[in-house]
Amino acid sequence: MSFTRETDHGTPPAIVTGKSVTLTIDGQSVTLPEGTSIMRAASLTGGSIPKLCATDNVESFGSCRLCLVEVEGRNGYPASCTTPVADGMVVRTQTERLKKLRRGVMELYISDHPLDCLTCGANGDCELQDQAGAVGLRDVRYGYDGATNMGQAKDQSNPYFDFDPSKCIVCSRCVRACDEVQGTFALTIENMGFDSKVSASQGEDFLGSECVSCGACVQACPTASLIEKAVVEIGTPDRAVVTTCAYCGVGCTFRAEMRGEELVRMVPWKDGKANRGHSCVKGRFAWGYAQHQDRILNPMIRASVSEPWREVSWDEAIAYTASEFRRIQSQYGTRSIGGITSSRCTNEETFLVQKLIRQGFGNNNVDTCARVCHSPTGYGLSHTFGTSAGTQDFDSVMQADVILVIGANPTDGHPVFASRMKRRLRQGAKLIVMDPRRTDLVKSPHVEAEHHLPLRPGTNVAMLTAMAHVIVTETLYDEAFIRERCDWDEFADWADFVSEAARSPEAIEPLTGVKAEEVRAAARLYATGGNGAIYYGLGVTEHSQGSSTVMAIANLAMATGNVGREGVGVNPLRGQNNVQGACDMGSFPHEFSGYRHVSDTATRQMFEAAWGVALDAEPGLRIPNMLDAATDGTFKGLFVQGEDILQSDPNTKHVAAGLAAMECVVVQDLFLNETANYAHVFLPGSTFLEKDGTFTNAERRIQRVRKVMAPLNGYADWEIVQLVANAMGLGWTYDHPSQIMDEIAALTPTFAGVHYGRLEAEGSLQWPANDAAPDGTPTMHMDGFVRGKGKFVVTDYVPTDEKTGPRFPLLLTTGRILSHYNVGAQTRRTANTAWHPEDRLEMHPSDADNRGLKDGDWVTLRSRAGETTLRALVTERVAPGVVYTTFHHPETQANVITTDYSDWATNCPEYKVTAVQVMASNGPSDWQQNYADQARQSRRIAPLEAAE
Amino acid sequence: MSRVFISRDMASVALGADDVARAFAQAGCEVVRTGARGLFSIEPLVEVETQAGRIGFGPVGPGDVAAVLDGTHAARLGEVEALPFFAGQQRFTFARCGVIDPLSLDDYAATGGWQGLDAARAQAAQQVVDTVKASGLRGRGGAGFPTGIKWQTVLDASAGDKYIVCNADEGDSGTFADRMLMEGDPYCLIEGMAIAAHAVGAGHGYIYIRSEYPFAIATMRAAIAASAHIVAPFTLEVREGAGAYVCGEETALLDSIEGKRGQVRAKPPLPALQGLFGRPTVINNVLSLAAVPFILAHGAEAYAAVGFGRSRGTMPVQLAGNVRHGGLYEVGFGITLGELVNAIGGGTASRRPVRAVQVGGPLGAYFPPSMFHLPFDYEAFAAAGGLIGHAGITVFDDSVDMAHMARFAMEFCAAESCGKCTPCRIGSTRGVEVMDRIIGARGTLKPVRPEPVEGRLFSSQEKGGASTGSARTGEGYLDRALYSRAPDRIDVSIEAQTALLRDLADTMKYGSLCALGGFTPYPVLSALDYFPEDFGAPAPLKEAAA
Repeated sequence: MSFTRETDHGTPPAIVTGKSVTLTIDGQSVTLPEGTSIMRAASLTGGSIPKLCATDNVESFGSCRLCLVEVEGRNGYPASCTTPVADGMVVRTQTERLKKLRRGVMELYISDHPLDCLTCGANGDCELQDQAGAVGLRDVRYGYDGATNMGQAKDQSNPYFDFDPSKCIVCSRCVRACDEVQGTFALTIENMGFDSKVSASQGEDFLGSECVSCGACVQACPTASLIEKAVVEIGTPDRAVVTTCAYCGVGCTFRAEMRGEELVRMVPWKDGKANRGHSCVKGRFAWGYAQHQDRILNPMIRASVSEPWREVSWDEAIAYTASEFRRIQSQYGTRSIGGITSSRCTNEETFLVQKLIRQGFGNNNVDTCARVCHSPTGYGLSHTFGTSAGTQDFDSVMQADVILVIGANPTDGHPVFASRMKRRLRQGAKLIVMDPRRTDLVKSPHVEAEHHLPLRPGTNVAMLTAMAHVIVTETLYDEAFIRERCDWDEFADWADFVSEAARSPEAIEPLTGVKAEEVRAAARLYATGGNGAIYYGLGVTEHSQGSSTVMAIANLAMATGNVGREGVGVNPLRGQNNVQGACDMGSFPHEFSGYRHVSDTATRQMFEAAWGVALDAEPGLRIPNMLDAATDGTFKGLFVQGEDILQSDPNTKHVAAGLAAMECVVVQDLFLNETANYAHVFLPGSTFLEKDGTFTNAERRIQRVRKVMAPLNGYADWEIVQLVANAMGLGWTYDHPSQIMDEIAALTPTFAGVHYGRLEAEGSLQWPANDAAPDGTPTMHMDGFVRGKGKFVVTDYVPTDEKTGPRFPLLLTTGRILSHYNVGAQTRRTANTAWHPEDRLEMHPSDADNRGLKDGDWVTLRSRAGETTLRALVTERVAPGVVYTTFHHPETQANVITTDYSDWATNCPEYKVTAVQVMASNGPSDWQQNYADQARQSRRIAPLEAAE
Repeated sequence: MSRVFISRDMASVALGADDVARAFAQAGCEVVRTGARGLFSIEPLVEVETQAGRIGFGPVGPGDVAAVLDGTHAARLGEVEALPFFAGQQRFTFARCGVIDPLSLDDYAATGGWQGLDAARAQAAQQVVDTVKASGLRGRGGAGFPTGIKWQTVLDASAGDKYIVCNADEGDSGTFADRMLMEGDPYCLIEGMAIAAHAVGAGHGYIYIRSEYPFAIATMRAAIAASAHIVAPFTLEVREGAGAYVCGEETALLDSIEGKRGQVRAKPPLPALQGLFGRPTVINNVLSLAAVPFILAHGAEAYAAVGFGRSRGTMPVQLAGNVRHGGLYEVGFGITLGELVNAIGGGTASRRPVRAVQVGGPLGAYFPPSMFHLPFDYEAFAAAGGLIGHAGITVFDDSVDMAHMARFAMEFCAAESCGKCTPCRIGSTRGVEVMDRIIGARGTLKPVRPEPVEGRLFSSQEKGGASTGSARTGEGYLDRALYSRAPDRIDVSIEAQTALLRDLADTMKYGSLCALGGFTPYPVLSALDYFPEDFGAPAPLKEAAA
């Protein structure tokens, strides 16, 4: 693919009304949807009207006055961007009169623009330059002695882009993109008239302002006024490859714009159906980790973790891995080893890792990081609806009337989707936020929740059941829907259960701390406000009642008829780029790909036939069970691809003990992560830029990942797994990931219609994609639930065993922040640290006062499991009695604090509720100091010895 | 105990009416504060209630109480309405102004107040709209768009919240009719808005008043409070402007009410369909809305009976500038410009010959006396390259330098541009610079460099403290070759600069988003065309200057 700019039709598509109009543009008769602008009409029919302030991802504005046209029978020269087409209209876009007007306007622009095109970063990629050429400007008769906006200081505060006001043409595209696309409203135009200038917030610099660095303004800028630093440094790109972001589960597609082998910038792809041309600071800018000096490029082994690493050849590392795994199995038994697939890797890679384990290791000891995030989603939604996935596509939110966000913080965790949601909220949809914290969605510019239910951590089930109580006792449920789609008897049982007085909002108020009347109002709004859509996150799943909460959510949606069409549904906001795919691909110890149980003989036989070996019919070990078995001495070897369980899993000390008890831990990763401190083999991984494959996002959308550069480490991750498999004698012969996808499709009914040819042609597919759903499935359960009848499940509230008391009076809950991603392995190795250099402990001013703590003080955070130190952030975002922190930095080790409690159904850890005490501190805890020493020791790499 | 009437209008107060009122009150008189009659050469005006009616004296000072009360004061005017300035008027809209206590509901009701609203409420909405259509009333803010058709669009718009917005951001230099009405007869405006609300189905209204009108703001607020029960369920509130002329442009005004930066919106969508807060909105000038009670009370025919061509009814003309009898003169369309300036205005206050009049505010054309035959009519003025606007007439005598007036037009546009569209944002500033070159060159008739320009707009160099970054001074030097003419070699001859001025005016007139940039060429080009001698060119032939 060579470098061409994406087509810009100038104005967004018209709102669909079904009506079309016919008009004549420059003598050509065209028929287009009503409401289309003349500019877009001309562009769609191959014409091109000069423009500067118009771009098709923001509403028309009409300020540049270059796009003037003549319309027969109308006075003057209407702007084509703001004038809609009309039946019988006769438009002329190129006349002598228009040429003169456009030149006159361009002459004014250039009279206040520096003439340094040849040395400008945007040279060759500048709309002003293009349009000056297009209108044939040859002369600036005003001279350059007059008033000017040139010569103003550049704002270079943002680590990724510069703002040069001297090159600004005040088209407001950046301001409008910030408002309309991102929804942050950080930018404005300051002053009037000739002095008008773009300003971040109240005259602050970009970094200090409310700007979230999503890049929408940079993308929108037609000149070099807002430009990526990388473009200034490297030059303009010469080719572009469309690929999928490797950060969160939104699954944004980007054009990786390259200059030779060098990545210049990632630009969100307008045709991407998940992101619709938008991005966040991570996907847009934070890809520098791919070339970070910390990246390990050579395989390494060591006999014991107390030794320094020794760099070896790929052959030696692979052979050593295979021989160690075989040795351990012969010594301790077939089930003494296992592996962990990565939600960061491709579907194809994940499929290969579980295949390696089932086919090569001969057991089902495979698990994945979804264990610690959305395993309750899989359990809860498959029990109630019949599928382990969200019901909608992201576009669906634009049809929602009431949006209920539970335990999710999308503006930080899923920012691109949050921007869509905020756009819908600005259009008038109502919002209910159920979250202990006052997240940005609760109140931010032009968005305000109708109801915020700041419940005590751990009381989700009580709260959701109380909402159900209101809906049932006030007869707000959708009886017709339930009778048609669900099992009525099960509904009746459930209705009896939720109707009990003990489950009323009034009865549970002491538990949740939320006023009953607010709960009643929220329940009424969700049940009666039109299309009700639920979006939830890890604040739902990471609890001892995570699976119950998911089912309580499903109950609410079924009871109100909010499933099975656009604008409604139950939508988990999935964390990792491919966590949906990792689950789909058979990463759980009890399931093959497509969520089919290993004990199902027919399925197992199909895999046995394909793979030529007998497969274990017994489910394998989950991650916590593997670690328990390790400390018990029965589990000795682990293959970990692209996951850092030591930092991300709960009760770090227990994880460390388990790993230390193993004889061969193989880590495949980009960096020497925390888990690698306990590893014996390190296989350097490849980045998403260095391989082909697919990711599946939170809307079940399968999208291509494309190789834009050769792997620095020598192999794509799927190739490394194949090397290990073949060293263990499996005889795999994959030449390209497309062949792996063909195998997945052949063995997985929901993927039967998926192959690379279709993905190339259609951009993406949402599973199920098979004969029953040839075009994929944007919305699930349209004609009935996948499992048949929707199932109401009684969800009794059982308080967690993790309780506050005199020693641990506060409740800790954890979360994420916009600029960082998960354990921070990638984002900490980018300039994103400018926004969040450390984890902080949020606490309410009254809790801080009680302990004599001030904002910025070092504090000790102690739980029954352990203690750590970090600095306090005193804020009213959290309620009294609740503290909150992020887990992006290994120095903090927030998971030293979290406990062993986990979801009753899936073992998903209870990250979100830990009883803690907070007190003033002088510095790092003993654990942190010891850990830092140990980590330093364990990361030593022996100097290369001279060749003999 | 004598009863006297003294205006509380801001202009009267500026001329000393408060001191006069205090003196009469101290003398034991019952002082009724009214609005202004509208002729400021007789202010402060005191009208004494007598058996023979209200006898006016003016101008009077605080020391004149006794002489006024005993009728011996030299400035005895007799019955004010009989003065020639008033006798010739057709006061449909301003009938009560200067006569009644503006905030007295009794006075208002006693002088025909609320008859229009009562009549309207007895009719269906469509009937009211039809009446306004039949009256021929056109937007008095300047654009002259038929009011009834605008209302029809709002009436036909989908149901839900609709708004009535009154544009009282009267920013044109030399205009004061909106202010006089709001201070002198606020219920008339409220009644007009309530009729509009009934006609289109609106529930709430805003009156957007410029902050420079504190008296009008206070009066309107008091009047809204006092009449709330009468216009209910319709509700009203006042919003204060923040000093930007461009907020008199209807869409910028809507943005300002919404709490945004006052910036012009592109049309479509029309405010009638997507106006305030995106809802269907009637936005009309004060004078348009205040004309409506008369139309409903007396019928469309009574209003349409006066006027000229397609300009029906009356226009409150405002005479200002260098004019002998400045004030408000409400009269049917069709009166000539010359009658207004000479017969009614009495020529210049300086007693020197009239050289030019500007009609329609700072964006209106300058006309020489040779154009005084023009009838006051939207179409006639448009055909002559001018506009009626808000019907402000500013008079200049023969000492005026029309090149400076052209420069002022550009400077005004530069100062008040919202900065959204390019022709206005950059063009107005370049226009000042071009005018400076012309003014600099015309005396010597040879190219000179423009002098540095003082003032807010042209001080970005000093403000920023940075270099201009001009291509001449280093940075970007290479790229000069991109353009055929290096910046230090522009042609600054009068001919070249005048041609550039005409090109710029063309770009601004046809390229600007709103009337601010679009109408600035009217004063500039009319000055250039009618007074070329001030621009270093030969004077035109004088045969038309009869």
